[in-house]
Amino acid sequence: MSFLTLSGLAKAFGSFLAVENLSLEVQRGEFLSLLGPSGCGKTTTLQMIAGFAEPTRGRIVLDGRDITALRPEKRGMGVVFQSYALFPHMTVAGNIGFGLEMRGVAATERARRTDEALDLVRLDGLGKRYPKELSGGQRQRVAIARALAIRPEVLLLDEPMSNLDAKLREDMHIELRAIQRHLGITTILVTHDQVEAMTMSDRIAVMHGGRIVQLATPFEAYERPQSAFASGFLGKTNSMRGVVETTNPRCCEVRLGETLAHVPHEGREVGHDVHVYVRPEKIRLGQAGDGGIPATVQTRLFLGNHWMLEVDSALGRLRVSQPNLGDAPPAEGTAVSVRWSDQDLRVLATESRHG
Amino acid sequence: MRKNGPLSLLYHALFIAFMVAPLLVIVAVSFTGKGYISMPTDGLSLRWFRAIADAHEIIDAFWLSLTLGLVSATIAVALAVPAALALVRHRFPGRGALMAFFMSPLMIPHVVLGVAFLRFFTTLGVSGSFFWLALTHVVVVMPYALRLVLAAATGLDRDAERAALSLGANRLTAFRRVVLPLILPGVVGGWMLAFIQSFDELTMTVFVATPGTTTLPVAMYNQIAQTIDPLVASVSTVLIVGTLVLMVLLDRIVGLDRVLIGKN
Amino acid sequence: MADTATPGLAGTPASAPSPGKPFAGAAPWLLSGPALLLFCAMLLIPLALTALLSFHAFDGTRGVLPAMTVGNYLEVLGDSYYHEIFLRTAGMALAVTVLSIVFGVPETIILSRMRSPWRGLFLIVILGPLLISVVVRTLGWAILMGNNGLINEALQWLGVVDSPLKLVFTQTGVVVALTHVMMPFMVISVWASLQKLDPQVEQAGQAFGAPPFTVFRRVILPQILPGILSGSIIVFALSASAFATPAILGGRRLKVVATAAYDEFLNTLNWPLGASIAVLLLIANVIVIVGCNRLVERRFRQVFEG
Repeated sequence: MSFLTLSGLAKAFGSFLAVENLSLEVQRGEFLSLLGPSGCGKTTTLQMIAGFAEPTRGRIVLDGRDITALRPEKRGMGVVFQSYALFPHMTVAGNIGFGLEMRGVAATERARRTDEALDLVRLDGLGKRYPKELSGGQRQRVAIARALAIRPEVLLLDEPMSNLDAKLREDMHIELRAIQRHLGITTILVTHDQVEAMTMSDRIAVMHGGRIVQLATPFEAYERPQSAFASGFLGKTNSMRGVVETTNPRCCEVRLGETLAHVPHEGREVGHDVHVYVRPEKIRLGQAGDGGIPATVQTRLFLGNHWMLEVDSALGRLRVSQPNLGDAPPAEGTAVSVRWSDQDLRVLATESRHG
Repeated sequence: MRKNGPLSLLYHALFIAFMVAPLLVIVAVSFTGKGYISMPTDGLSLRWFRAIADAHEIIDAFWLSLTLGLVSATIAVALAVPAALALVRHRFPGRGALMAFFMSPLMIPHVVLGVAFLRFFTTLGVSGSFFWLALTHVVVVMPYALRLVLAAATGLDRDAERAALSLGANRLTAFRRVVLPLILPGVVGGWMLAFIQSFDELTMTVFVATPGTTTLPVAMYNQIAQTIDPLVASVSTVLIVGTLVLMVLLDRIVGLDRVLIGKN
Repeated sequence: MADTATPGLAGTPASAPSPGKPFAGAAPWLLSGPALLLFCAMLLIPLALTALLSFHAFDGTRGVLPAMTVGNYLEVLGDSYYHEIFLRTAGMALAVTVLSIVFGVPETIILSRMRSPWRGLFLIVILGPLLISVVVRTLGWAILMGNNGLINEALQWLGVVDSPLKLVFTQTGVVVALTHVMMPFMVISVWASLQKLDPQVEQAGQAFGAPPFTVFRRVILPQILPGILSGSIIVFALSASAFATPAILGGRRLKVVATAAYDEFLNTLNWPLGASIAVLLLIANVIVIVGCNRLVERRFRQVFEG
């Protein structure tokens, strides 16, 4: 049973359609990310859910109630803004307790729940400080605590980590996920960072051009992207051109240069042009002449926990990534071979460049 | 940038001397012990400062100017704050024209305003009314108040207000608890500048002043038109000192450069 | 804050209006309503009444007559008495403007080259007098310029002149005092455009071999020209409509437009005539300010919005 349902949501600014016919069902307690590049409509969607933007079309239903026309102050959502938007003239405790004040919670109870919230984000004892005395990471935690203190039905996060440095961001991913799991709050995160989306979410809604192009678990979205856009946006991938050569009821063969790949049928016909995608980590390097596709190493980069190589082959320039298991892979200029298993290939028709 | 050579500094010194000369002269003359305008070469005397206490017209005019300034600055700011919020937050047809309209008193010679208000007052039969006089001052000082409040409203983080809404505050509470505290320096600065402009206003007020509603600048002007005596100088010295104090306050609250020059 | 570069939760695509709210159309008008109402009542109506008044005839004994006529305008525009006043006013305003440029621009440049505490301090010294009533400032000049005033005493003591220079009630005196009053406006305007100057552009000029004065003439001056011009517009307009300074220092016989209007209104009581002078002054002001600003904008748009 869906907790938060968006049906046919659309938002137009003049003649520009920022969000187009967007429908989504979010389950109670789920952590869902809206993932996409700038301008894909994810922020506008969040604005509509929060009540800061009026949908041009469509409905928003929360726990059975139609809240489409409800003013933002009546929606009871916890919002964490990209810039945190802390009240600079109030202390940390004042900030966190603000929502409780608005709900008429008595002072002693407010103090107790504020302390609880500070505890949750591990900022105990900082209640009397002012926002300008805190670091960026601390301010972010205050923003989160402020949103959680009111025990909202839905938590909305708008690119909350974009102002943090990389290490801090990684730590916050894990922490935020743990808090969400602990409280069981339905959460929607807007981000352009696919690692962030994959780390924290139960499901990801990949957005492009105002629409959702794929809605799946992180693993699904990564392993089985449904569009060229999704496969390029989530993680890195290699793209090759092929032609369908033969088909039979269950699978078909796609000619890739010298080799033939066996892939699921999926309604293809002989002669179709297709794009074939394979992730860098699914490509195995072997010795030249061992039966794989011949290739030459062009570039070799060391990235700490893995190596990234670019090899030239008859199928084009391919990226290969190898975990760092101690031995270095072949150096630049070496002749090698590349191979993969057909089940690691993703095939999309060239017409299906949707998105 | 190149530094200033000795020639430049000399020019600068002369320029500054030119700019402060009239004010210094007034202060000097106000300490004279003689009964006419002269430099205090025989020693400083407070005679003309004490004389202020006996100058009933001056004192009445001072109180009138003070009250007038307080009232018109307050009304001007009360009107300017919502207007500034409207102009900053919404893009609506007529926005540019509305802004120009509110700033137009800056472009209208005060002589013309004086004539127009005088005509208006006699048509309505309200000459001599403090209330209507205050309204004219509100119109004249509004652009000054509006400019400063606009600057504060423009710099406001809109997300802070939205955060308040998301936490359950209605628009009025969000304004009272979040927006107003954050634009307060601009509002206070606007108030002070409006007060100063009202207090100093002469040209327009000369037309609409009546014996019962004579402001201090008008009283001083009338006095000077007859004869210049050290009393006017000592009153001026008090005004200069008062303005200096207000300038320091204004600098603390908003920053004088922002007030005098505008956006930085 | 989040509104322009990166659309955050609250921001929207740059060209879009604010997020749609019910009655978004009415809200700004409701908020600015009180101020708008006041302005319409206290600005539009009085000005309209004045314009109307200027079209009435006036008779010395019977006062304002109900008949409508353009006679007042004809009188003002045709009579040599008024021609003299207009020319004198325009001439003085022009003189004040030129003096403000000649003396104000170098000072502003010198100011911009000062180090931190001094720069701000002297800026306040120069601009602060704007917060002091014009009566006080003019009084200072009246004292300075009197026959026994400081200037004459100093000049006589230095031996420059033998008998006191007549400064009060002369055009020269008024111009000097007006220049003092208007100078801050010129400084503000030039200062603002100096602030926009990229110091590295000046350094580039020097790096390419230009001597200092050439750098000033070819690199700096053209860039502060818009500031000088808009300052000039303000100074000219304010000087032409000045009242207190010409009234106090100019005396009965040295009339300018503003004092002429005052005369008609409060002395002769010929209100329609006074109103027509006021209307003409207003129109002239608006034309000068708006017209010249348009010209300046158009001429300099390419330079600054490339």
